[in-house]
Amino acid sequence: MMAPDTEGQATTDSSLLAPPVAAVVDAVVEEFGADRGRLLDIVQAVQRRIGHISDAAVRAVATALGIHAVEVEDMVSFYAFLDREPKGRIRIRVSKTPMSLMKGAAEVAQAFAAATGAAIGGTSPDGEFTVQWTADIGMADQEPSALIDGTVATRLTPAEAAAIVATLRQNRAGPALLLFPGSDGQSISRARVGSSLARSGPIVFRQGGRGDGVRAALTLPRDSVTQEMTKARLRGRGGAGFPTGLKWKLCQQSISAAHHVVCNADEGEPGTFKDRVLLTEIPDVVLDGMTIAGYAIGARHGLIYLRGEYAYLWNSLQAVLENRRRLGLLGSNVCGREGFDFDIRIQLGAGAYVCGEESALIESLEGKRGAPRDRPPFPTERGYLHQPTAVDNVETFACVARIMEMGASWFGGHGTRESTGTKLLSVSGDCPHPGVYEVPFGITVNDLLDLVGAPQAEFVQVGGPSGQCVAPKDFGRRIAYEDLSTGGSVIVFGPGRDVLDVARQFTEFFVEESCGWCTPCRVGTTLLKMNLEKIIGDRGTLADVTALEALANTVTRMSRCGLGQTAANPILTTMRNFPQAYEARLRPELFLPRVTLREALAEAVEILGREPMAEEDT
Amino acid sequence: MSEDTFTFTVDGIEIDAVAGQTIIQACDAAGVYIPRLCHHPDLEPAGHCRVCTCKIDGRRSSACTMPAAHGMVVESNTAELNDDRRTLIEMLFVEGNHFCPSCEMSGACELQALGYRLGLTAPTLPYLWPERELDATHPDIFIDRNRCILCSRCIRASRMVDGKSVFGFEGRGIHMRLNVDAKTLDDTAIAAADKAVHVCPVGCIVIKRTGYQTPYGRRRFDRTPIGSDIEARRARRKG
Repeated sequence: MMAPDTEGQATTDSSLLAPPVAAVVDAVVEEFGADRGRLLDIVQAVQRRIGHISDAAVRAVATALGIHAVEVEDMVSFYAFLDREPKGRIRIRVSKTPMSLMKGAAEVAQAFAAATGAAIGGTSPDGEFTVQWTADIGMADQEPSALIDGTVATRLTPAEAAAIVATLRQNRAGPALLLFPGSDGQSISRARVGSSLARSGPIVFRQGGRGDGVRAALTLPRDSVTQEMTKARLRGRGGAGFPTGLKWKLCQQSISAAHHVVCNADEGEPGTFKDRVLLTEIPDVVLDGMTIAGYAIGARHGLIYLRGEYAYLWNSLQAVLENRRRLGLLGSNVCGREGFDFDIRIQLGAGAYVCGEESALIESLEGKRGAPRDRPPFPTERGYLHQPTAVDNVETFACVARIMEMGASWFGGHGTRESTGTKLLSVSGDCPHPGVYEVPFGITVNDLLDLVGAPQAEFVQVGGPSGQCVAPKDFGRRIAYEDLSTGGSVIVFGPGRDVLDVARQFTEFFVEESCGWCTPCRVGTTLLKMNLEKIIGDRGTLADVTALEALANTVTRMSRCGLGQTAANPILTTMRNFPQAYEARLRPELFLPRVTLREALAEAVEILGREPMAEEDT
Repeated sequence: MSEDTFTFTVDGIEIDAVAGQTIIQACDAAGVYIPRLCHHPDLEPAGHCRVCTCKIDGRRSSACTMPAAHGMVVESNTAELNDDRRTLIEMLFVEGNHFCPSCEMSGACELQALGYRLGLTAPTLPYLWPERELDATHPDIFIDRNRCILCSRCIRASRMVDGKSVFGFEGRGIHMRLNVDAKTLDDTAIAAADKAVHVCPVGCIVIKRTGYQTPYGRRRFDRTPIGSDIEARRARRKG
């Protein structure tokens, strides 16, 4: 529903002088060629210029694109970083994860609230600041962290939060939205985000020349490049582990006017930050991989879907792309190869975990809400713009480049039979040396814990919330597709951490991030959370645990995409591995209601202004 | 048989199919009923409700979106799948505010009918009691979002059949709502004759002043369970 018009009311002094919304929107729409497919870019640009996407802006965008306002609203209302209501001039988003909270994020958020005068989740009375929680921003090794507009601030303390707010108040004349694409705050964030590479391995972080992989690929026929991937037994690094060679082959075999290569840099799994490190430390290797893929499947277009939280990387990545065009590594006749034209565009996301799911990512790329598609057809057949599309993870592309540089058998000589090569693990939590570790596939959890200096771990979350909560009895298990599969997130929990509370936080994450398209995930995640809260709140009985498990299994079995199919994992894997944590909370009664009588009456008591009268003894 | 026809099985029953048909389309034609809610025969499938989920060659998928293929082995009417389907129906009941006894669609409501067919006898899940908006601004059409199950039938019908795009979603996850292409329905291009108004499986979008023309007890699902019309086709074929 559209809210009543507020356009007429000036919220800040400058808005009196601002050009009319329609003029701003028309200019933006024209900038993007009045292309409906660029709606995500268009509304982000509108928000940068006028602060939020007002009803007037929605109508103007719809008119300029020749679509219905309801379609614009459908898309805009989906993304966490797009605002339909006016917000503070500066938005402070504090990362809320089990890892950030263990490092003091609650105190930092309180400090931001106190310094700005905004309640958490609200805007300060002077309209300067909005303070809110946000999901993991990819800084799990440097918590507490926050996004201040596009700028990333890490390792925050409450005192620092206050100082940042004071500085922002002084710099009122500066750009309101510091670091969205095109601004010049780059240097600040580069300085603030620490390097996270803790251990280089022999493959991804080997020394290699820019473009070497591309030049090696161009010496081979296209089919042979794909065959090299199959020979190397390369599997997707995002977590699902689909064979890359097979994906490319299917894509190449689909007949179409155009094919597309998409790099999935929507690294949203809490605890993961390895793609950020790759795009910061060795972006050229990733782009080599994309270019090789373009050659192999016959694509002229490459797209990087960069999560909105990583907007601060925009300028540096654009500079790398520009440099590659200059060097002939992108553009027409790449590396002098007649007829091989390939270029890459970056699409910035806007805060939606589900867009890491490849078909949701494609919908988002097309300027729609990030709702996954039903398969078949698979993206290799009908992907971006309904044309064959190979969507691969950032790390997968880095592996592709290395395979072309050094050969498939060299790559296959590392790791295990089913999981060749190395894996980048993002390690965070109760661990003295968090960061990205490049380790051979097949490493045991025990060996990894020794490596990161956390031998006292009581449980380890492998694969993020959608992965598994691993108990010490299973620390001998191996990190590999055939055993503990992970997209890279490894979160260590030391003595004193409450495994059920962590499961609750992860379940809440899925409630927030469910796209809502299908019933089991949309409704089921909320019901899972309510049921778990009942148990944690010491109101649960054995019947509640049985019901929770049944519900969790239904959500897993019936959900439409990977998000829903794994949303119950925090509950199911803690039930399996830490049954004692549940047993310890159970009440002996056969049944207990969810709420106490006092809670049930609370609203009535508040309205009446008095406690219920005690029943008289008769 | 021509080149374009083939067969597959559902619960051991052989089904004739034509290339391009989804599993649910082929089964409907053959008179084998697969429970469903968001699917409508006149609209493109969308895969929202997941009620038609079947085991297809061992893997679960929605029958409304899955193309039929030669030799497919589909399991539908199994205890496990029907238990999960019943849970989905119950989820939709607790997600909204559904008061069957006072609803003008009672007896003609597909959600209610599926609850009966799947044996949903008493609630087991907690009610969410959401606050949902009504819209009675249009002279002929009434929207009660308390009863909306987010099936998108109206959205698809308005966009693809009526060519109007009167409806859309707003928000995401548990906060998702049915939205209209203006502040209120009377400012949209909708008309009572639109397909979008006639495809709602529940009592969310209703035509005013028609609610009780057919009295309770004599409505579609009062007489026969949901799916009976489809199953009658098979009975006729066998006969």
